[in-house]
Amino acid sequence: MTASAPSIERGGLRETHLDWRGLAFHAILLLSLLLSLAILFTLLADVVGRGLPTLLERGGSFLTSPAASNPARAGISQAIFGTLMMAVFVAVFAFPIGILTAIYLEEYAPDNRATRFIAVNIRNLAGVPSVVYGLLGLAIFVIGLEGLTAGRTMIAGGITLAILVLPIVIITSSEAIRAVPQALREAGYGVGASRWEVTRLLVLPAAAPGILTGTVLSLSRALGETAPLVLAGAVLGSFSSGNKDIVDQMFGRYSALPVTVYDWARRPNAEFRELTAAAIVVLLVITLLANAIAIVLRNRTERTW
Amino acid sequence: MSATITAPEPTAPTGDPAIQVAIDSTRVPAMPERTEAAVDLRGVSIYYGAFRAVKDITFDVRPKAITALIGPSGSGKSTLLRSINRMNDLIPGSRLEGEVLYHGQNLYAAGIDPVEVRRRIGMVFQKANPFPKSIYDNVAFGPRVNGMKGNLDDLVEQSLRRAALWDEVKDKLRQSGLALSGGQQQRLCIARAIAVEPEIILMDEPASALDPRSTLQIEELMAELRQRYTIIIVTHNMQQAARASDWTVFMNMGEDRAGYIVERNRTTEIFTNPKDQLTEDYVSGRFG
Repeated sequence: MTASAPSIERGGLRETHLDWRGLAFHAILLLSLLLSLAILFTLLADVVGRGLPTLLERGGSFLTSPAASNPARAGISQAIFGTLMMAVFVAVFAFPIGILTAIYLEEYAPDNRATRFIAVNIRNLAGVPSVVYGLLGLAIFVIGLEGLTAGRTMIAGGITLAILVLPIVIITSSEAIRAVPQALREAGYGVGASRWEVTRLLVLPAAAPGILTGTVLSLSRALGETAPLVLAGAVLGSFSSGNKDIVDQMFGRYSALPVTVYDWARRPNAEFRELTAAAIVVLLVITLLANAIAIVLRNRTERTW
Repeated sequence: MSATITAPEPTAPTGDPAIQVAIDSTRVPAMPERTEAAVDLRGVSIYYGAFRAVKDITFDVRPKAITALIGPSGSGKSTLLRSINRMNDLIPGSRLEGEVLYHGQNLYAAGIDPVEVRRRIGMVFQKANPFPKSIYDNVAFGPRVNGMKGNLDDLVEQSLRRAALWDEVKDKLRQSGLALSGGQQQRLCIARAIAVEPEIILMDEPASALDPRSTLQIEELMAELRQRYTIIIVTHNMQQAARASDWTVFMNMGEDRAGYIVERNRTTEIFTNPKDQLTEDYVSGRFG
């Protein structure tokens, strides 16, 4: 064979040709980002532009009035209360059960087929549409356990939402625990710590920022859900809360911000459309607050070392 | 309880501590020969699932001496080392056949608590792994979880002194252990290990990630610790084994990919007068 070996032609060090494909790819990436931002900004601007005047005009009365059929008097006090109570239910039921389940799956359960089967199915549960959880809530908590929940009450809705986000809490907590380096566990076992001590003193502190972030983000997910609550008995329209204390209200009729938004958005009169936008702004503020709390908590628990 | 059977000395020539002292005069004279073995492995095979990682390991570890495990990658040195304090228990599917005798007690017998085993047989890992806690809390962690009585401040100071780290950190005990240099972190891990007053310290390539100066410090520290503790060290560095150990176990990977012991003898013998051709080839750098 006399064919000469391939050689690379060497020119000067000066840039001689434009890398068109590289530039095009760069441009596409930038465009995608700008498109997402534009959509988001348009949505926000539209909602705030329509909702803010109402909020300013009505002022506190919009936040403190109950739902009503007269748009001039309708407010979201019951919806805000309901949404905050939903958060409490999620925090009380989904957080501890979810985090403890994650600890069990990651640190205690034997690594066998049964454990993997359960873990995979928890992931599947997280992908089940929320309306299915609504049906579950209707069947079990509203009808099945009516004796305990008193039917279409705040308790039924709260527990439904807690169950809805439970798989998400488990998954995010599991991932945070799994991200803790094995070397840290080995170091603990190496000085004669038990599994309980390794988990409590080393793994959980290291995983805490991730667990907190995940759980609070799952909380914002729960606060934005509409369909499960509509099925689990949240009130579309106005109802009377009376002057009942908080326990009575838990066993009473309820609504929540996304449900109110859904209800008002369907109404034909234009005034309610303005109210809808105003309610959305309030819901957004509450969700962003929850996310802000997540960030603050994460920064606080994250070791500075 | 103590072992009723004195560990046999299958390969050791009648000790000639003089040779050793001549080679390294900084060394404390070797302990008397006929003492009880610190650990006695008998017919140990270790499996990961169906895979046999090491087979038929039988040797006794001399007390208050440094035993080096050397051999090519895959010969099962770390696996064997981690079986001595039941660290392999943490790996799902791992299983051990044979006996690991410690004071006459099989560590793998039913009813033995691996947590208790690890308190007496401590471990230092390849990559320094301080807890994300202060220097003080790193050392105090073991004594705390083991409910040790007494003055914790004194114990922390004593452990850091023994690990030759005290002078460098005494003014910053509340600072993070992770802020130390690599060599200091590894000495912190050694301090953490000795704070629970173990009898044996296992070291899995403790200096492999360190610069030469830090490596030397660790080796000097080992020579120091040898007065109080039995040390078993896995190393890829043959000079390190030759410099720092009293006994050497040379392992190789068999045809079936299971590690086995080729030769075990005093370090001076292994490096100057190996019995096995394979050992000679390995220590002279012809393979591995």
